[in-house]
Amino acid sequence: MRTLASFALLRESWVGMIGAGIIVFWILVAVFAQLISPFDPLATLQPFAKPGTTYAKGGIFLLGTDHIGRDILSRLIWGSRTVLVYAPLATFTAYVVGILMGLAAGYRRGWVDDVLSRISDIILSFPVLVLYIIIIATIGASGVNIIIAITFASAPGIMRIVRGLVLDLRNRDYVAAAQTRGESAWRIMLVEILPNARGPLIVDACLRMGYVIITIGVLGFLGLGLPPPDPDWGGMINETRQMAMAFPHMALFPCMAISSLILGFNLLADGLREISLRD
Amino acid sequence: MTARRDAPILEIKDLNISYYTRAGEIPAVIDFSLTVNRSETVGLVGESGCGKSTVAWAIMQYMGNNGAIKSGSIKFMGHELNDLSDEELRKLRGSEISMIYQEPFAALNPSLTVASQLMEVPITHEQVSENEAWERCVQMLSDVHLPDQQRIMHAYPHQLSGGQQQRVVIAMALLSNPSLLLLDEPTTALDVTVEAGIVDLVADISKKFGTSQIYISHNLGLILEVCERVFVMYSGEVVEQGSINSVFTWPKHPYTQGLFGCIPLPTTDKNAAPLRPIRGQLPLPHERPVGCNFGPRCDHFEAGRCDARDVIMEPVVSSDAIGHRVRCLRWNEIDVGVPLAHAKAKPPFEVGERVLEVDHMQKYYEVHDRSIAALISGQSVRFVKANEALDFDARRGETVAIVGESGCGKSTFAKVLMGLECCTAGELRHEGRDIGNIPVHRRSSQQLGSLQMVFQNPSDTLNPSHTVGAQIARAIKKFGIEKEKSKIRDRVLNLLDVVKLPRDFYFRRPRQLSGGQKQRVGIARAFAGNPSLVIADEPVSALDVSVAAAVTELLMDIQREHQTTLLFISHDLGVVRYLADRIVVMYLGQIMERGTTEEIFAPPYHPYTEALLAAVPIADPEIEKREILLEGDLPSALDPPTGCPFVTRCPRKLGKICDQQRPLMQSLPTGHAIACHIPLEELRRIEPVIYVPPESERLHAK
Repeated sequence: MRTLASFALLRESWVGMIGAGIIVFWILVAVFAQLISPFDPLATLQPFAKPGTTYAKGGIFLLGTDHIGRDILSRLIWGSRTVLVYAPLATFTAYVVGILMGLAAGYRRGWVDDVLSRISDIILSFPVLVLYIIIIATIGASGVNIIIAITFASAPGIMRIVRGLVLDLRNRDYVAAAQTRGESAWRIMLVEILPNARGPLIVDACLRMGYVIITIGVLGFLGLGLPPPDPDWGGMINETRQMAMAFPHMALFPCMAISSLILGFNLLADGLREISLRD
Repeated sequence: MTARRDAPILEIKDLNISYYTRAGEIPAVIDFSLTVNRSETVGLVGESGCGKSTVAWAIMQYMGNNGAIKSGSIKFMGHELNDLSDEELRKLRGSEISMIYQEPFAALNPSLTVASQLMEVPITHEQVSENEAWERCVQMLSDVHLPDQQRIMHAYPHQLSGGQQQRVVIAMALLSNPSLLLLDEPTTALDVTVEAGIVDLVADISKKFGTSQIYISHNLGLILEVCERVFVMYSGEVVEQGSINSVFTWPKHPYTQGLFGCIPLPTTDKNAAPLRPIRGQLPLPHERPVGCNFGPRCDHFEAGRCDARDVIMEPVVSSDAIGHRVRCLRWNEIDVGVPLAHAKAKPPFEVGERVLEVDHMQKYYEVHDRSIAALISGQSVRFVKANEALDFDARRGETVAIVGESGCGKSTFAKVLMGLECCTAGELRHEGRDIGNIPVHRRSSQQLGSLQMVFQNPSDTLNPSHTVGAQIARAIKKFGIEKEKSKIRDRVLNLLDVVKLPRDFYFRRPRQLSGGQKQRVGIARAFAGNPSLVIADEPVSALDVSVAAAVTELLMDIQREHQTTLLFISHDLGVVRYLADRIVVMYLGQIMERGTTEEIFAPPYHPYTEALLAAVPIADPEIEKREILLEGDLPSALDPPTGCPFVTRCPRKLGKICDQQRPLMQSLPTGHAIACHIPLEELRRIEPVIYVPPESERLHAK
């Protein structure tokens, strides 16, 4: 209810509205990929076509084609599905793990807090990129493994945020009231404390979604993303980077797609924060 | 700036202030006029949202982003403040006009020493040398009665107690020798004995420095002690103004009369002369009625007259009421005697068997010192003695008050009783069972339901994420009172009736409720399991006077009906005298004195009780009170004195014995007990602190 109301308030923040607009645009693109994509994203049609080239068998390559002749616009359109499935899924699982760890550490304190905090310190002390390479190299490149790798690397950061919020909220009188009613620890954490931490967490989730999109792009670029030939924005940049000097359009458009989506989530996060600070 | 000597320092005329919000223009202060003369202290009193702080902001010409002075004039020493440029205002603020806020800690910069913050004032405003600035600051610290000035100059704010911080803030404000000092609830965040010291200091400022002051408070008792004239505000308007004596003895406006009916004065009694809460609620600023703002809540309301047009201030025509003005059309038709005729008497409480027995209960907290020095000396574990040998009991239907200032261990006791902590020695028997060592998760649902708590902070007591109904329903389900959904719902609605809230509050969320309404829901939740014992931890201290009276009366009505034992934790002896049958006075984790309310309020007193009684302001100019000011601050619980805990501040200290030996409880056959080395006979000879003149000798009776 309250969350819905704050989304209704979003209309008053033009920054947030622009962000939401960009995200909705990409969601629509992903949903209607079948209808709007001009060509089959996997079909090899005419290599090295510049943007605007007319295809002999009908149609125009609006954004050109890549080195093996696949239509870039169609691949971008289908590629949005990959991002918009894996980025929210990975963020969500990272949040589930991070929230549970943060609740336990912040509410239980003592040795639980010590153990969980030290584990997260260790994970956070690795350079993120090295961490991804190690994980993917160990468990192999696949959709599920991308989610596992992102969860492993992001959960400690989320845990720290949640822990900080819980340390404040656990001293509220309503938590004491729940304790004196004999509620179980997990009920207090999940029902009494967590809903009151949602404001900052929603804002953080939007920002983090942006990072995850970058990560998925980076993994694709490093060849650790989804195995080819599925269209994947990061993978598209990777496959064409040797030709980027001669044919900049091949890498440019996927880059723009990635940054527009990240920008969308960042603007949405800014808008939500602005509203949450307002009253 | 210079002005004629006899000219008023501050002259506000027909001031109107509005805030502009998303909901539109909201008038915050309407038709406000006030004059402050040289070295005069004027009080602004009113409940939250009445516009008293907005007036202070307007004098400082700081209205924020969304506030604006719509019309009227504010003249400071003959200069119109509304016309000054930003640069001129900046020179004025902090040198000619100073302001002191509620939270002393927020007013001081935690990363600078007191010296650097104080010395900045004369150095910036008067360009004096560092040496001279230092001398002046030390002198000023001694003027605000701070001992050991050199140490305080070198200290950081966090190394000082709340009372010391507020004295530093006052010193800072006085350093520039301002003509006008604005004090916005300067003692609200402080303990009563500390508050008494600050109030004494503030009352002294105008005499000593010739400073004019505006003292803003919600507490009529404080206003009485500090001010010469008072302005009573309600819903953006001044409803009554005049000299303290005139307004406090013959209040003319029904709202002022109502306020006095809400204060637990020594003339009230929970059975014979209960409080008389003002019905209804403060109107929201954009929903104020036509005509008199107080109309909908007024007992003397006359339709067609009071709601016809805006009411203006009228002078009260009477021989001893110079400058007394009131915003009421019917002031000379209303009987002055009304405020003292309290609500009708209520049946006395029936006291039954023992419900709670506290037997030498002790709670120590271990503090681990992990420094190397502590490890070498072998003193790595120290104890905070939060509760030491507590001994008292409570019977069915009785109200027992635990009184003491912050850090006296009253909240720790509540935690042990609720099972959030376990006691380290002694017993705590509830309905005959020792529960001192049963943590809350091992207590049965029946035990949980029969021992509940009402919390202090209305903004915190309810979970903002759940509806009112869901929160009460959860308690009912958890205590095993009802199982079926429909029956739980019926019981919730029933409880809402009991706490006098409309039934559609079931679906409301806490943020849609006012503070008093939240406290009522908190009471409903506590009574969900028909408890035999309820702990109320300062349940009304955060509420406005009129709301607090209503909640207090409600709590006692429910208690009377359910024969519940109430443990009332408070620092306010005024409220405690009104509602408690027996009182336990605590200091640094130990009981100093216990007895019935009459015994506590009459000699023999423990010297600490005596000081507490003297510290509580009473809003009645005819009640005489002895002045006792305690030196210093509460010692740390980690390092309490070896002898009597009160020895560091006691004005009746005997000598070595107080430093070295812990006093034993001296008991009287009635059960009244005092922990002091002074013999009871001697304590008995002490003059009473509070003298209430008999009804026949009172001014209003003549």
